Amino acid sequence: MAAADKVDPIHQFQIHPIIPLHIGGYDVSFTNSSLFMVVTIVLASGFLYMSTAGRALIPGRLQSISEMAYEFVGNMLRDAAGKQGMQFFPLVFSLFMFVLVANLIGLFPYFFTVTSHIIVTFTLAILVIGTVVVYGFAKHGLGFLKLFVPHGVPGLLLPLVVAIEVISFVSRPVSLSVRLFANMLAGHITLKVFSGFVVSLSALGAVGIAGSVLPLAMAVALTALELLVAFLQAYVFAVLTCMYLNDALHPSH
Amino acid sequence: MFVTSAYAQETAPAAAEGDTHAGTAVPAAEHEAFPPFDAKTFPSQILWLVITFGLFYLFLKRVVMPRLGAIIDVRNDRITQDLDHAARLKGEADAAVAAYEQELAEAKANASKIGQQASDAAKADAESTRKKLEAELEKKLGEAEASIASIKAKAMKEVGTIAEDTTSAIVEALVGGKADKSEIAAAVKSASR
Repeated sequence: MAAADKVDPIHQFQIHPIIPLHIGGYDVSFTNSSLFMVVTIVLASGFLYMSTAGRALIPGRLQSISEMAYEFVGNMLRDAAGKQGMQFFPLVFSLFMFVLVANLIGLFPYFFTVTSHIIVTFTLAILVIGTVVVYGFAKHGLGFLKLFVPHGVPGLLLPLVVAIEVISFVSRPVSLSVRLFANMLAGHITLKVFSGFVVSLSALGAVGIAGSVLPLAMAVALTALELLVAFLQAYVFAVLTCMYLNDALHPSH
Repeated sequence: MFVTSAYAQETAPAAAEGDTHAGTAVPAAEHEAFPPFDAKTFPSQILWLVITFGLFYLFLKRVVMPRLGAIIDVRNDRITQDLDHAARLKGEADAAVAAYEQELAEAKANASKIGQQASDAAKADAESTRKKLEAELEKKLGEAEASIASIKAKAMKEVGTIAEDTTSAIVEALVGGKADKSEIAAAVKSASR
């Protein structure tokens, strides 16, 4: 365990200021987290911008990737929320690209994972739910509350069902943010622990080096799994966003 | 310690959500806060997330998405155009085939008509030739019959004269003297009947 201290799996999530900044009593320093947010948007925007610069009729590989992402999110939103939902296309596309690129950048060793902090995922979730609530009330007025009153429920059960619906709606931002955050956090800790095994075992001599092959293979396999999770969580985040936006557009089930 | 909480997560990564909560409660109490739950960093993270994500959203909405949309629209238009073009060419090809087939059918009909006409003409020709020959033969037959009839009549007439001469000679030899010529002629006539 002494060796394990050197590979503290939590260390990777620590936030330290790069440019200290205090406004109105709040610490709003430009931190390593902020740096990687900037890296995320610069990489994502740069890729989307450069790959489409040619506006080729027959797309190259990079342009194909951008188009695939665009059409993938577009179809997802159209399937979930219909044609009306397309007004939220920029929001869903930015969310998907931001989460995906942040997840992928986090997979590089020594890189900070923006999405492994609950406050980041929670802010994004609040953005989604806030959009749903604001748009829902703006478009349907009090009719938006029909979201909580399903059709065809007997009068006696109605208060119970409404309570359940309200709780499920309120827990949406929580589940949306915790799902992404916890997946990234757990995956990165697991990766770090297995990689830590490799280091500590190989310090034990020949037998240890031979034994460290197992955690090394595990770390490789986990890296592949994390790559999948990075895509999957970005996809799940975008799909759920689409479904919640559908509620804002069509509140009566 | 951090390590123990991490190991707990490693043994049950599936239940990660619950574990992170359980794991963080312990170190938060005895050590400095578990980084993702360290509220001191929240304002900075929220602010920078809002700034970066806001910029990202605006950039995608203003620049990237119109461009991507235009690229895909242009391509779809082009594909539709090409498909239309192909459909038009196919229509033209079909029309050409139809015209060719119609011409072929017409030519066939013409050929059979010409053949029919030729065979009709040949038949008619043969018929008229046959009729002419038949008429000629008929005429010749008629002439031959007429000449036979006239020869026969002449011969019959001569037979009468010979008979009269013979009769008058026989009468002279038997009876002696001359017999009345007109009587002999009447007798021969009644005998030859």
